[in-house]
Amino acid sequence: MEFLENDFEFANIQDDINAEDILVINSGYKDFFKRLTKNKGAVVGGIFIIIITLFAIIAPMVSQFEFDIIDTSIQSTPPNSTHLFGTDVLGRDLFVRVWSGTQISLFVALTAVLIDICFGMVYGLISGYLGGKVDAIMQRIQEIISSIPSLVILTLLLVIMRASLFTIILALMLTGWIGMARITRAQVLKIKEEEFVLASRTLGASNMFIIFKNILPNIFGQLIIMSMFSIPNAIFYEAFLAFVGLGIPQPQASLGTLINDGFKTILITPYMVIIPVIVLATLMLSFNLLADGLRDAFDPTMKEA
Amino acid sequence: MKILEIRDLHISFKTDNGKVRAIRGVNLDLNKGETIAIVGESGSGKSVTTKAIMGILAGNGVIEQGSINYTWEDDYSEEVGKIEGKTVDIVQLTKEELQRDIRGRKIAMVFQDPMTSLNPTMTIGMQVMEPMLYNYKMDKEHAYQKALELLELVGITNAKKRMKCYPHQLSGGMRQRIVIAIALSCDPYVLICDEPTTALDVTIQAKILELIKDIQKKKDLSVIYITHDLGVVAKVADYVNVMYAGKIVETGTIDEIFYDPQHPYTWGLLSAMPDLDTDDSILYTIPGSPPNLAKEVQGDVFAPRNKFALNIDYRLEPPMFDVEGSNTHKVASWLMHPNAPKIEMPKELKHKIAKMLDN
Amino acid sequence: MSISTLKYLGKRILIAIITLFVIVGILFLMLKLMPGTPFNDEKLSEIQKAQLYAKYGLDQPVIIQFFTYIKNMMAGDFGTSFGISRNQPVANLILPRIPISFGIGIAAVILGTIIGIVLGIYAAKHKNTAADTIATLFSVLGVSVPSFVVALLLLLIFGVQIPVFPVLFDTNNIILASILPVIALSFGVIANVGRFTRSEMINVLSSDYIALAEAKGLDTKLVIRKHAIRNALIPVITILGPILVNLMTGSMVLEQIFSIPGLGSLLVKGITVNDHNVVLAVSFLYSILYVGLMLIIDILYGIIDPRIRIAKGE
Repeated sequence: MEFLENDFEFANIQDDINAEDILVINSGYKDFFKRLTKNKGAVVGGIFIIIITLFAIIAPMVSQFEFDIIDTSIQSTPPNSTHLFGTDVLGRDLFVRVWSGTQISLFVALTAVLIDICFGMVYGLISGYLGGKVDAIMQRIQEIISSIPSLVILTLLLVIMRASLFTIILALMLTGWIGMARITRAQVLKIKEEEFVLASRTLGASNMFIIFKNILPNIFGQLIIMSMFSIPNAIFYEAFLAFVGLGIPQPQASLGTLINDGFKTILITPYMVIIPVIVLATLMLSFNLLADGLRDAFDPTMKEA
Repeated sequence: MKILEIRDLHISFKTDNGKVRAIRGVNLDLNKGETIAIVGESGSGKSVTTKAIMGILAGNGVIEQGSINYTWEDDYSEEVGKIEGKTVDIVQLTKEELQRDIRGRKIAMVFQDPMTSLNPTMTIGMQVMEPMLYNYKMDKEHAYQKALELLELVGITNAKKRMKCYPHQLSGGMRQRIVIAIALSCDPYVLICDEPTTALDVTIQAKILELIKDIQKKKDLSVIYITHDLGVVAKVADYVNVMYAGKIVETGTIDEIFYDPQHPYTWGLLSAMPDLDTDDSILYTIPGSPPNLAKEVQGDVFAPRNKFALNIDYRLEPPMFDVEGSNTHKVASWLMHPNAPKIEMPKELKHKIAKMLDN
Repeated sequence: MSISTLKYLGKRILIAIITLFVIVGILFLMLKLMPGTPFNDEKLSEIQKAQLYAKYGLDQPVIIQFFTYIKNMMAGDFGTSFGISRNQPVANLILPRIPISFGIGIAAVILGTIIGIVLGIYAAKHKNTAADTIATLFSVLGVSVPSFVVALLLLLIFGVQIPVFPVLFDTNNIILASILPVIALSFGVIANVGRFTRSEMINVLSSDYIALAEAKGLDTKLVIRKHAIRNALIPVITILGPILVNLMTGSMVLEQIFSIPGLGSLLVKGITVNDHNVVLAVSFLYSILYVGLMLIIDILYGIIDPRIRIAKGE
């Protein structure tokens, strides 16, 4: 073996050995988006959501037709170049009706979920943060409400209150907040015991400070993911209600009422039901894909290597 | 008689961050009835080595080169007829052969965490009997009797009642005894103990070590201990292998390693070992942390953490040098080269060793 | 069974009973509030009204009325239908429909669970292969697309385009007529169970006790059969609850689509013609079913899993 002259002298290299060679673990929002955009399903889902939303907003505005103008001379026309999606049994343009229906469905779902988040979060925060008897009672209430099938709550409520945009949102909200409250409480209980919260408590931080500065930022991601899963669920329930005859009243349309109306003539004019069904299914699938992607990107440890 | 012989073993893992070369040329010998210990920091490759012996490497792990030779003592198991001679290279065996001939029957393993290594939904009795029933086709009554004996052997009182228990009904120490009983159920020749006491209460640790020692004597087993705890090593091992970043950097008898350590890394490990009568209030630690093995390393991987590093350490990987006057003590460090400057071990360590010798 | 287990079960049962009380309370309240209930239906003659008042004790205090109401409900007396068919006891309308709805529901759960478990285990064992990817895509599709969409597509394809199955539910050939609805309903079950089984199975397969079982020298097939599957399947019981809810909602729409004479279509008909007694009775039935099933699932979970996660209920 050949040795160099200075081989056996001390190297005396002052390596910065304490600057640990840590594997770069991605963190922060930038990397969150990086992980998200790596997920094909989430990207496709996101793109479809954007496209559908844009159509839902723009199409009814720019179209020459109105969603509620009845024209009996063009009843049940199959899709053609003037009426891209055809017309319904009353001669209303389905292109406009489908997109304004999508608009309503999205509006109903988003509003319901937004209210769910607010209410559920407050409920979960109070229950989890105060603990003790308050928590016990709030938990029992929550348990009982969640034991009543939402199907029953929804139908009964709408039977007495008559379906309208407002009551449908209310009905959806009544059943939707529980999941949010559960997640918030679980997170609060977890975070409450963590070192950094204990630390700020020993430093004399007030309850409000701890809730807003320490706990809320930590549960926000979870809630967003949960709401992404809730939106398709709310869209589905809206469609379900329409199907059992508790949908948005005419002449307004939602995806659910369009499907329900179209179904009546499914044997003669299948396009009336197929088109809104495809939009509904795509929308729900896209939200689920995006939610899946968000969850994985938010917490990479949850996904196995 | 040499029962297990590892030569130039290289193992790497494919990960998202590239290829991680976890084991980089390990040699290891295990003789009948002896106990060897593999010591090192976490991530040094101790567990990977033993998993390779058992053939239970994780899916992304590949044995790139090297051999793990297992030698039969006297009894060929019938199925092994087609293996020529009395020695078999575990690396070359197929998954089926490994499972049929080696795992459990020849080499058994005690895992680190008894809380997670037992099936939560199966009774203790069944878990102990299972290998006998399926591997040796023993009938239920015999297996039951033998399981009872094993449970008694590992010091479980009221064994009959415990057979019907589920793991969650037992304490950690008890569970580890069960895991040992399971390991023994197929009458292995080699027992690998992967940090068998780390997850246990300090008061129970000693008892489990005693138990393993006891059983080793009774059954004439060869034992491989994996640990980062030199205290454990001192209690149980005949030979010690110090491992760093996928290589064995120093090997020798227990006395050689404890009283005459040569590698700066071993110095660090020994100095870092707390003991009751240390009067210096400063605990020595090895600066820095183990290297990222996904990166290609030039020279000695330990060099950046070695305050006695030589220029050559950054250029060439040191071979195994024999320590003068011993045929068991070997060290992988350029400091052992005749041309290297003579380095004394740190004063504090010398002091510590002197005290150990006094006791 | 240990004391803590009994305590846990006791708590579950108590909650279930309270829930039923609350539900009956809501139903009772609705009866009082809703226009067109038997008690203030303007179509009723004075004599009929007097009969009803006597029967339900409407001259009594509200509390007693409430308990009379519960008693009647429990006895299966849900009042008389006024919209769907005049002066028929609601029970008579409900009873013949129960076997049809339950039959289709149970068939869908069994079919869906079995196929889902098989798919899930297969996908987990062949993780990151093409088959796994296809199974995963299928499950995302199945989880996100509601059963009525599947039903509509099936109906259009196999009822209209290729008329293999009847479009209208044929009570003379129940088996043939049930095939499409069962497939449509089980679609979501397959996807949910499959997805969950896969992730549970992957978790279990990477656990220490599987490594130990392998280290014992057991055959890989045996390890999977005896150690992995059981542990992976126990948690699957927990998602049967949400799945059953989906199934109940799904079946309501499906019964509409396939014109199945079941409970769901009865409820929908009740809603459309304002037959409140029918609506309340079916809702009550659904609630009992739901609360009961949840209780059974909880208890079952406790029995099958020797660890019994008591903490779960806390």
